[in-house]
Amino acid sequence: MQRATIDLWVGIFVVAGIVAILFLALKVGNLGGYDSSETYAVKASFDNIGGLKARAPVKSAGVVVGRVAEIGFDPKTYEATVTLSLNTHYPFPKDTSASIMTSGLLGEQYIALDAGGSEKMLANGDALKITQGAVVLENLIGQFLYNKSDSAAEKGNAAE
Amino acid sequence: MSDNFIEIRDLSFTYGQRMVLKGINLTAHRGQVIAIMGNSGCGKTTLLRLMGGALKPSSGNLLVDGIDMGLLDQDGLYQLRRRMGMLFQFGALFTDMSVFENVAFQLREHTDLPEEMIRDLVFMKLNAVGLRGAHDLMPSELSGGMARRVALARSIALDPMLILYDEPFAGLDPISLGVTGNLIRRLTDTLGMTSIVVTHDVQESLKMVDYVYFVSEGVIEAQGTPAEIKASHLPYVHQFVHGEENGPVPFHYPASSYAEDLGLPA
Amino acid sequence: MMDTLLESVRGIGRRTVDRVWRMGVAAHFFLLVLLHSGTSFRRFHLIVREIFTAGVLSLIIILVSGLFVGMVLGLQGYETLQTYGSEEALGVLVSLSLVRELGPVVAALLFASRAGSAITAEIGLMKATEQIAAMEMMAVDPIARVIAPRFWGAVISMPLLAALFSAMGVLGGYLVGVVLIGVDEGSFWSQMQAAVDFKEDILNGVIKSVVFGIAVTIIALFEGYDAPPTAEGVSRATTRTVVTSSLAILGLDFVLTAFMFRGV
Repeated sequence: MQRATIDLWVGIFVVAGIVAILFLALKVGNLGGYDSSETYAVKASFDNIGGLKARAPVKSAGVVVGRVAEIGFDPKTYEATVTLSLNTHYPFPKDTSASIMTSGLLGEQYIALDAGGSEKMLANGDALKITQGAVVLENLIGQFLYNKSDSAAEKGNAAE
Repeated sequence: MSDNFIEIRDLSFTYGQRMVLKGINLTAHRGQVIAIMGNSGCGKTTLLRLMGGALKPSSGNLLVDGIDMGLLDQDGLYQLRRRMGMLFQFGALFTDMSVFENVAFQLREHTDLPEEMIRDLVFMKLNAVGLRGAHDLMPSELSGGMARRVALARSIALDPMLILYDEPFAGLDPISLGVTGNLIRRLTDTLGMTSIVVTHDVQESLKMVDYVYFVSEGVIEAQGTPAEIKASHLPYVHQFVHGEENGPVPFHYPASSYAEDLGLPA
Repeated sequence: MMDTLLESVRGIGRRTVDRVWRMGVAAHFFLLVLLHSGTSFRRFHLIVREIFTAGVLSLIIILVSGLFVGMVLGLQGYETLQTYGSEEALGVLVSLSLVRELGPVVAALLFASRAGSAITAEIGLMKATEQIAAMEMMAVDPIARVIAPRFWGAVISMPLLAALFSAMGVLGGYLVGVVLIGVDEGSFWSQMQAAVDFKEDILNGVIKSVVFGIAVTIIALFEGYDAPPTAEGVSRATTRTVVTSSLAILGLDFVLTAFMFRGV
């Protein structure tokens, strides 16, 4: 076959392959709706993050406003430090509170932001003061059982 | 510089346990066509591969243009091979390239010549073998004889000093056979190179060569000019030249007694 | 009795030594190919030619298989997800299976049987017809001139083919899931985008396919170069290429998956 024909086909092939990778990156993957240049970072400390993972969504009123950028552990306070990167289109007041929620009964965990009433807005590098950690199922069950046995003991006492 | 382009002294070659060549002595002058003959499996192809540097001698010396092949490293060998051509038994043309590209291969690999000059050189070489008109064809479209001639054109592309031919006449019809034989002679004379032909085609090669070596069982059994060979009374040469069934080379492979194999009482 | 036992143990030993020795030879061959790659990059048209034979000629089988695999995933995934009432996750299921596993693995398996076997047969025949020896006699290194361009051509083609396979698969899943069955289009794409991470999933998939490409090509080239120069030898080598490279792909896939997706 002529070299020109081969070159043409190889060109088509390579372009198609790169388009496929771009399609995967932008349309299938999350590279499209996620632009790191237009975000600001906010820190939040939680006593327990449960099953939260890096890149989990950050939602406010159910709308994705950012993502979890980094999860760390503070050895001084023994708390988890979570860095959120929020879209600059969505400024939040300083006294915004963050809580870790679960989408659905068994779904993945995300961070929900509840806007406060402060006049001042959060800036890059600020920390959120009010946080609510993840609800751990074991603790919940433990509490439940504890209450049960307590009430059972009370009942027993009453019976005596 | 001596006139001996190839000089082989006491060369031996062992392959594993088997001694393929023992104590070979051979010389070839510039401008000569030398034939190495012998029955199949006698070690003549091994001798050719030694001259091409594909194998290294186990002992003895093999000098090509005064250079000892046994001492060359890879680079030195490749340097020397640029001045060598080799014609393989069935041509060994590159099947994914046209005739033109096959002949142009070495020019493209080893030189930086401009395209027009490569074109001229390729057409010259193809013209020398009479196949200028076939430059567009692919190797699969060529007959056996034509493929052999294209391969010949390819091996002379860089005007080598030495060409090694491995069974150039195998499987050719009488016309192609004569054409190939004449070409080898003519190219050797016009280009002033040395040709070593490994063959078992006695009649055709005796017509065109200058000197013949007979190899049998790894040693040189006889040597001489074609006239001497034809007149030779050595049993081996006589059997070979005249194609007789029985002689020093027996028809039967060594076996136990026939009667015994058939289970007959002695 | 003792003798037969000894002999069978000896047989195992001999086979093991043979295998290990062959792997050593193959590794040496791989090193040689890398060392002699300079020429082929200086003369890039040699590589372009091999991208054509390895990549472009495998396009049809890759595209069609990708589409069908995606369609089957869409159909089967829908059936299963429906039982849990989460059909919207169909996009996630299709895309993650393709991008992480099926794309690189199935594309590499197809590539091994389409391009790998062709490479082995071609090199084996070049050897059988003395083309390789002729090249050496013309002072041209066959590793640099024949082997290295084929290696790079195939290694460049492999990730592109795998990406095309995955993309076609996602389209196939979309066709069946959204167009045919009627899963909500918005949640199909948005859930997919929320679940598929560029670095974690797509890039790792590309890395996988590059590794598979290297493995398949080196096996194919080595088998061809090492094949006995007879019709039987070449056909055996071709079969061995497909078998060995398929096993290598699946084995490597396990190792890579264990490293890439462990617990994250």
